[in-house]
Amino acid sequence: MNAENYLKLVQFYQDYAAAVDQEDWDAWLNMFTDDAKYKVQSRENYDRDLPMAVLNMYSKNMLKDRVYGMTETIFHEPYHQCHVVASPRVISASGGEIEAQANYSVFRTKTDGIAEVYNVGRYIDRIQVTDQGFKLASRLCVFDNEMVLNSMIYPI
Amino acid sequence: MNQENRIPMTPVWGHEDNSRIPYWAYTQEEVYKKELEKFFYEKHWCYVGLEAEIPEPGDFKRTAIGERSVIMVRGEEGEIYVVENRCAHRGMRFCREKHGKTKSFTCPYHQWNYTLEGELQGVPFRRGVKQDGQVRGGMPKDFKPSEHGLNKLRVAERGGVVFASFDHEIESLEDFLGPTILKYFDRMFNGRKLKILGYNKQRIPGNWKLMQENIKDPYHAGLLHTWFVTFGLWRADNRSELRMDDHFRHAAMVSTRGDGSKNADTTNISSFKESMKLHDPSFLDIEDEDWWGGPTAVMMTLFPNLVLQQNVNSVTTRHIQPTGIDSFDFVWTHFGFDDDTPEMTERRLRQANLFGPAGFVSADDGEVIEFSHEGIEQNDREQALAVLGGRTVEEADHMVSEACIRGMYDYWRKVMGV
Repeated sequence: MNAENYLKLVQFYQDYAAAVDQEDWDAWLNMFTDDAKYKVQSRENYDRDLPMAVLNMYSKNMLKDRVYGMTETIFHEPYHQCHVVASPRVISASGGEIEAQANYSVFRTKTDGIAEVYNVGRYIDRIQVTDQGFKLASRLCVFDNEMVLNSMIYPI
Repeated sequence: MNQENRIPMTPVWGHEDNSRIPYWAYTQEEVYKKELEKFFYEKHWCYVGLEAEIPEPGDFKRTAIGERSVIMVRGEEGEIYVVENRCAHRGMRFCREKHGKTKSFTCPYHQWNYTLEGELQGVPFRRGVKQDGQVRGGMPKDFKPSEHGLNKLRVAERGGVVFASFDHEIESLEDFLGPTILKYFDRMFNGRKLKILGYNKQRIPGNWKLMQENIKDPYHAGLLHTWFVTFGLWRADNRSELRMDDHFRHAAMVSTRGDGSKNADTTNISSFKESMKLHDPSFLDIEDEDWWGGPTAVMMTLFPNLVLQQNVNSVTTRHIQPTGIDSFDFVWTHFGFDDDTPEMTERRLRQANLFGPAGFVSADDGEVIEFSHEGIEQNDREQALAVLGGRTVEEADHMVSEACIRGMYDYWRKVMGV
């Protein structure tokens, strides 16, 4: 991958973090292909090859339902997220598809609270290069935390 | 401050029945210490795991009963042992892996070595060292390894579910559950081999009993949870039953789903969303299974540390592990059955999006428990109310009742002596 494309890829990762942190769910949805997979999974399940995950979505439509659920139906304490995403590590890039990974840290700040480390892990991604730019065909968020701090409402 | 407003030094229940629960039951450190002794370490079968988690000899899983770390392990002959994760020598929690396979347990500190059953079989320098033709040091001659094994728990297994008790003087698991609850237990665990799908864990900042109460409370489920109301999965107008054992410590909430239509019972429920349609209906691609025998959801609470969930095709054990008076870890083990088709496994995984720390339904349970605990802590001379459906403890053929919560406190008061 040449430097220009790598910079585009870096921009894509930062755009994702900004969309989630700013709760711009249309922008977030727009970063996935229609049949995208999205999963937030503990490292324990991932390492042991167990399929269970905290969030386990198999299509962009499921992600749309998630957006409706987290904005309209799930009662929860409001909170902000701040994602700090490291430079992506390109695993492979060929035939219009990129495999890349990036470490992330997510801080959560509740309405009355101060920032706390909420979720730390690694994105494992398959990204399609399309006419409309990069699209996630699959994003797997594997987190190191032994447990979720109570609940997880917004995507990582 | 007048006398009436003072928090009593010795907590008194202060009400003639169980329809009010004094907040001190959730906030007093001494009460919590006593609960650990009375419910987690004495006379109660506590959940430790599923047999399918340790299929082969030497397989082990580290888990917890109350605040004590324990290890569930399969012995050479296939039998299951549960031992306390605490070296008999210096008290070290020696097992640090969450799971694994081993031939024996060794505490790294001084290499004391134990069999899978917990017998001490090796002590380095037991007979001292030889120097200048003399034996120096070592264990006293009367040291008997047989007296210094790991703390062994009594184990009971039924239908692939493993329970353990620190207290060896305990009734059988079957007597502990009682015939009413046993019937629902056997419905879910009818002898088929289980297939582990994985774990979800959450740390919930609230008193552990609030989770028991949450799953003994059918009232909230059809109000708080939009998905339950809107799609008819759990609703006040569904056919339902509330069942308990003779001691009222365990409960089963049994329900059969309706069609999710709008009617007189949904008009005042703000969480009912008539126009809500899924973009991807496969979240609720439900297939009836023979073993259900009618009900589409059975939620069981086994006191003190287990919730058993069947809600349509999603089946889990949920393990309550207190980490203090104001916090507990909630460990979900999702499973299926060995004869599940790949489609059924996929279905269970999709429906799991309703449950767990991010679940469309369960995420808000963790939240409301946290906020309940906050409210309780801010004024602990007050009382919680559980008066729906009456003031006594009675089973019901509907879900507009808090009788199972009253029942739990009826039992709790007897054991705690308050």
